[in-house]
Amino acid sequence: MKIENVIAVKDLTKRFGAFTAVDHISFEVGKGEIFGFLGANGAGKTTAMKMLIGISKPTSGEATVAGFDVRKHTEEVKKSIGYMSQGFSLYNDLTIQDNITFFGGIYGLKKTAIQEKSKLLIQDLGLEKMANKLLGALPLGWKQKVAFSVALLHNPKIIFLDEPTGGVDPITRRQFWEMIYREAHKGITVFVTTHYMDEAEYCDRVSIMVEGKIAALDTPKNLKEHYQVDSMNQVFLKLARNIE
Amino acid sequence: MSISLDNISKSYGKIKALNAISFEVADGELFGLIGPDGAGKTTLFRILTTLLLPDQGQATVAGYDVIKDYKNIRNQVGYMPGKFSLYQDLTVAENLNFFATIFGTTIAENYDLIKEIYIQIEPFKERRAGKLSGGMKQKLALCCALIHKPQVLFLDEPTTGVDPVSRKEFWDMLKRLQQKGITILVSTPYMDEASLCDRIALITNGKILEVDTPKAIMAAYPTKIYKVSASQTYQLIQDLKTYPETHSVYPFGQYMHFTSNKTNFKPQDLIRYLEEKKHTDIEVIETVASIEDTFMELSK
Repeated sequence: MKIENVIAVKDLTKRFGAFTAVDHISFEVGKGEIFGFLGANGAGKTTAMKMLIGISKPTSGEATVAGFDVRKHTEEVKKSIGYMSQGFSLYNDLTIQDNITFFGGIYGLKKTAIQEKSKLLIQDLGLEKMANKLLGALPLGWKQKVAFSVALLHNPKIIFLDEPTGGVDPITRRQFWEMIYREAHKGITVFVTTHYMDEAEYCDRVSIMVEGKIAALDTPKNLKEHYQVDSMNQVFLKLARNIE
Repeated sequence: MSISLDNISKSYGKIKALNAISFEVADGELFGLIGPDGAGKTTLFRILTTLLLPDQGQATVAGYDVIKDYKNIRNQVGYMPGKFSLYQDLTVAENLNFFATIFGTTIAENYDLIKEIYIQIEPFKERRAGKLSGGMKQKLALCCALIHKPQVLFLDEPTTGVDPVSRKEFWDMLKRLQQKGITILVSTPYMDEASLCDRIALITNGKILEVDTPKAIMAAYPTKIYKVSASQTYQLIQDLKTYPETHSVYPFGQYMHFTSNKTNFKPQDLIRYLEEKKHTDIEVIETVASIEDTFMELSK
């Protein structure tokens, strides 16, 4: 699997005053890997992710993303990655087409490239009739599918997905994962957080954060064997503690 | 009946948010409204808590009509909306005191009901609600919804975005509230939480697909269902989709859930097909349908 590491993290740490949100975490993610990043609310997932996408400076430790140092080369990091979350994805009061054009521009794509790419994107999703409708008119699951495609417009090496499927209906949620599989198959690395434990099973490897540290990291199969349980949900319940 | 809905509909412009909804919730029942974002769950909650008028149909809560007797209902129910709706710039204690006072009661009078939850946030009682973590906000909101000892408790997606450990704790808490005689209507997009309810309604696009006990809903799954796995998951999905005998195929954790369009389907045939497609480590095992399988089959 690990032919080439696209994410390498060593002793990455973030402190806020006396509180250590991320405490010396280390791991690597390979090209084309689907890496599940799990943990209870407050375990430090978001803080860790913010450092990896270059919007929060580590207190100590190192991380390279797509070969760029997240501390020194934040702009290169941002150009090499795609990002989507449930909290922020696209603009509801722009049309689907305008969203694509806008984000294509943000990513620095040329006009002709944006035209070609948006045509393909809309075709792939089967949204030809909806292209000039406001994004807000789409059900959440579809918005998330569009957001995922838009986050891939600039051909990033890695895509970061922060709870992309929260609240999405079960069928669309699965279609979303098929899109993830397809991209991973093409060699794009997927870094994903989720609270759906069945989705944890879809990942090649899963890490579980507990109180700022990585408490476990392995394939779902090995984790289940190690903790002698049948599902990732049980692995999670065994490991994760609540901290408030 | 604690809650009764008869043919309730509500539209926003052209969008039909609720389409002829009918079901009943018995006294002391823990009833789940299971459906994805946009199904109409919140609209239904707003109608039952008298914050929104239905276009048609009738509904009663605690024996009172949602239109005529709305004032009585407001005294009898607790409502925890999906969006945090307490006063961000009041402290924990001030929020709780405020809601107690509004309902003409005191914290002391019903402290028993909230004690178990409140002690967890009591160390932060001087903190402003806006500065609490997500989990603590949720606990405070539940305390505020309970402080007047409601007969019926409405919880709109209390566990959305909450991790599995905290979700489990929250459901344990609901079970204990139920034992104190409170009727609970709770909505969730997490299908695995359905089995924790006495009865559930599956809802999507403003329509009820099914109302029954979780067990009965799972047992009513129309066909045999198989879990299928092989070493190359992505390729497996593609090949199962093009298999002529496939009715449905959905990823379920480490397996694909597969149903056939043939009544005399034989697993050996599928295994042979997958072998021809060069799959290895093939498993095809009959399994039991989950709520999520049923939901997807019904909403297909």
